[in-house]
Amino acid sequence: MKKGHRSSILIIVALLLLVLLPAYISSSSYTIILISNILMYVVMAESWVIFSGPTGYISLAPAAFFGVGVYSSAILGEVLPLPVVILVGGIASFILAYLVGSATLRLKGMYFTMFTFGLVELIRNLVHWWEVNVTGTVGRLIASEDPLVVFYAMVVIFLAVLAVSWLIGRSKFGLALRGIGESEEAAAHSGVNVDRVKAVSFGVSAFFMGLTGATMCWRWSYIDPTTAFNMQYSFMPVLMAIFGGMGHLYGPVIGATIFALLEELLTTKFPYYYMLIFGLTMIVVIRFMSSGLEGVIEKWRKVGKGGAEGVAHDAGKR
Amino acid sequence: MILVRILDIVIGGLLTGGIFALIAVGFGLQYGVARVLNIAHGEFIMLGAFCAWTLFTKAGITPLVSMIICAPFFFAIGYVIYRILYNPLRSSSASPAVFEGNSMLASFGLLFVIQNVALLIWGAPVKGYTYLAFPVNVLGAVFSANRIVTLVVSVILGSAFYAFLMSTRTGKAIRAAAQDPDAAELMGVRISRVLALCFGLGAMMAALGGLLLSMTSIMLAPVMGMQYTLIAIIVVVLGGLGNIKGSFIGGVILGLVGYIVSSVQPGLSMVAYYVIFLFLLLVKPSGLLGK
Repeated sequence: MKKGHRSSILIIVALLLLVLLPAYISSSSYTIILISNILMYVVMAESWVIFSGPTGYISLAPAAFFGVGVYSSAILGEVLPLPVVILVGGIASFILAYLVGSATLRLKGMYFTMFTFGLVELIRNLVHWWEVNVTGTVGRLIASEDPLVVFYAMVVIFLAVLAVSWLIGRSKFGLALRGIGESEEAAAHSGVNVDRVKAVSFGVSAFFMGLTGATMCWRWSYIDPTTAFNMQYSFMPVLMAIFGGMGHLYGPVIGATIFALLEELLTTKFPYYYMLIFGLTMIVVIRFMSSGLEGVIEKWRKVGKGGAEGVAHDAGKR
Repeated sequence: MILVRILDIVIGGLLTGGIFALIAVGFGLQYGVARVLNIAHGEFIMLGAFCAWTLFTKAGITPLVSMIICAPFFFAIGYVIYRILYNPLRSSSASPAVFEGNSMLASFGLLFVIQNVALLIWGAPVKGYTYLAFPVNVLGAVFSANRIVTLVVSVILGSAFYAFLMSTRTGKAIRAAAQDPDAAELMGVRISRVLALCFGLGAMMAALGGLLLSMTSIMLAPVMGMQYTLIAIIVVVLGGLGNIKGSFIGGVILGLVGYIVSSVQPGLSMVAYYVIFLFLLLVKPSGLLGK
């Protein structure tokens, strides 16, 4: 109990610092853009875990939902106020994910993964074809927004995704999700509406990805299907979440932050080395640290307190 | 005239489908038997293509000879990767389903490693070479000679592999491992060796597929692999997992569809692939020939 209080105070202090930060460094928009970028990856990873963490279904569709958000923003940005545009991006992604999820989530294991993989490419190719043959122009110009606005929007989305993940983890809905991950049949027999729970949680996770896409869209001045539906937005969140660990809320945050910073440091000068390090880290993490950085941290904490209970005890509880 | 047009489409589809099939057979071995959904499959195709380019433009070795040089090399790479990465992962994973998830994620890592090593070696700009590019008249339809060579070689490789699988002891072991790895092990099959063999063979076929592809005057770039991974996935699902004959038929069907669609509405062939793929996954995930 006491430990819980201490960590929540820590979290609140950290968040306050984050929100107040721009007031101190308002002269440098670089830092603000950097933090927005980190938050983008954090939200993508955290929202990926909402669905894929407890159920074990590996979705490679984040890029599809991110891209839908980007395009909603690009199309509606001129006519609607910003918060509405961002919300529309999220809702569009939710609807897409809910429909796709209802149709496909009965696919088992790897078949679902392959499906989501194809989905991103399908949408990207369709949008591209549409632009070439119907609108006649590939890509769109965007009137960029103030980095500070993007930053605050990302902070709000970040807080929202944390809150929603936390709530889901403590609700009956979250219990149902974990039950599905353990055994789908057993969950169905215990009265869980398996298809609905899966489709809704897939939709919720897509909602945040759509919000992120719709927000980050304003950082660019030009978008086309290749940038909006880039497979990197599918791969990165998955790998970051696994690197950080998925048992606790902070796992994906750490994983995403570390790699977003590394990307910032390396990507302009040594882009290939960055991705190379990324790949190697992935292999090492999967081979040797199955619960990610989080597993290591939890082990330290347990050792420090002299507790005998295993780390595995906490797995899945968020 | 109509007849020539149809012939043109059928042969064109066959020529594309032959390579698709070869690529898919390799992918099917890795997933159907070794249980690794190898997202990095396309990277081996890319490596094969670049080996052909390097040997041809720097050393003057023709791609058909390069195939003989590269085959054992890529087989060894695949074999070693399985032994040092996937085999330990298999023993440490709690269940086959967990292994499937973990091995797929590890293959992501592999994808990034291979792709970026290739970018460091060859750089990002596209490359290409021409080889056997003179026109050949096939029953009234005209194709370049290199495409016909690729089809002939793919068919030879495919049939050779099929014969190997059906008539040798090792082939039998592979088929047994595909059906039930645990039972195969109890029957005295050295399972980890057989699975490593499958992974190695898969990598080899990918590389050979890449070598053949590079002959057909396509643009080579280190990022080209992903699209072929996708094609391999689609063909394998189309033909049914672990079904060699199915992979060949699936490859040819996909080749035909791609060729027809791109001759009617260029730019939509990728979309057509995905529509078939998504439709099939929803209606009959076990594949056209599946039970």
